[in-house]
Amino acid sequence: MSRFRKEGKKETPELNMGSMSDIIFMFLFFFMVITTMREASLKVHFQPPQATEIQKLEKKSLVANIYIGAPIAKNENTLPPGEVSVQLNDQTIKAEDLKRDVRDFIGTEKESRDAQDRDRLTFSLKVDKDVQMRYVNTIKQELRANNALKINYAAGKKVEKN
Amino acid sequence: MSKRKTPGLNTGAMSDISFLLLTFFLLTSSINTEQGIPRKLPPPKKEDAQDLKVDINKRNVLNVLVNFRDEISVNGDEIMITDLKARAKEFFANPSNDPSLPEKVSKPIDGIGDFQVSKGVVSLTNDQGTSYNMYVQVQNELQRAVNELRDETALLYFGKKFDGLDSAAQRAVSAAIPMSISEAPPIDYSNNGK
Repeated sequence: MSRFRKEGKKETPELNMGSMSDIIFMFLFFFMVITTMREASLKVHFQPPQATEIQKLEKKSLVANIYIGAPIAKNENTLPPGEVSVQLNDQTIKAEDLKRDVRDFIGTEKESRDAQDRDRLTFSLKVDKDVQMRYVNTIKQELRANNALKINYAAGKKVEKN
Repeated sequence: MSKRKTPGLNTGAMSDISFLLLTFFLLTSSINTEQGIPRKLPPPKKEDAQDLKVDINKRNVLNVLVNFRDEISVNGDEIMITDLKARAKEFFANPSNDPSLPEKVSKPIDGIGDFQVSKGVVSLTNDQGTSYNMYVQVQNELQRAVNELRDETALLYFGKKFDGLDSAAQRAVSAAIPMSISEAPPIDYSNNGK
């Protein structure tokens, strides 16, 4: 059978890389479409609690976020006694301005939506799981006082171990 | 005419670039995390309105209390979070018409007909020192109790689970098994627990 064997060294054929970049591009577009850039840079630690009965919010454009958690930087504004910050838009708010800031935040968020969407605007409370309820209650009171009644407790999906 | 041979392009570098872009997008973006437990707050109190004492029969109320140590009590019995769902389910369903559990009223509901709707209300009280994690867990268990009852009702009347129904049927089932949680003002243990 040796007469079929070629003489000399075998050459490795060059690989065609063109289709590989096609696949990578497909991945790229997939991730670009399903993901969204984080809108505001986080100033507080936020790790959502886990829950099983969570629902997806209907429309992302109709959600306004309120972050509550321990501040990442030392010089952030905190609520007394100084362990928890509340972040609206891009900044943490001062305790003495809390009422005004929350009211303004709700006002601007409502104004930036169409009239028919205003009632569907949801305020998503993104609260770190170690935060005490007193801070959440304060914010909830302000939301209620300003007639922003649709809220959402942001939570991650818990995997059931049965 | 001689055919010119096109030289093979080296596309290896291109895949490098697209890999770079891919990792960039992977790192900077977060998958849509807009999910959670939706709730509605009660409308704001009118200043001139007086506190209306609504007389609710004691059997129609399930008092859930969470203290600052994240311990739960239901109508005075201390229970674990894992037992809360069963308690809430029993409370809302009241299958044996127990006189200590909520009464039911027969209401006509589109698509179902007359249905015995429970008058039960969960009254949820938190301490200011309760952790947010526990609060969400309690809300989650109560929601789970209602969701399971809705699934059972949906299976009984429509032969499908609640998620598989159309919106009219979902509204009917939601009306048959209402989700009624009332949140009491939080207590503050650190301020001599009033």
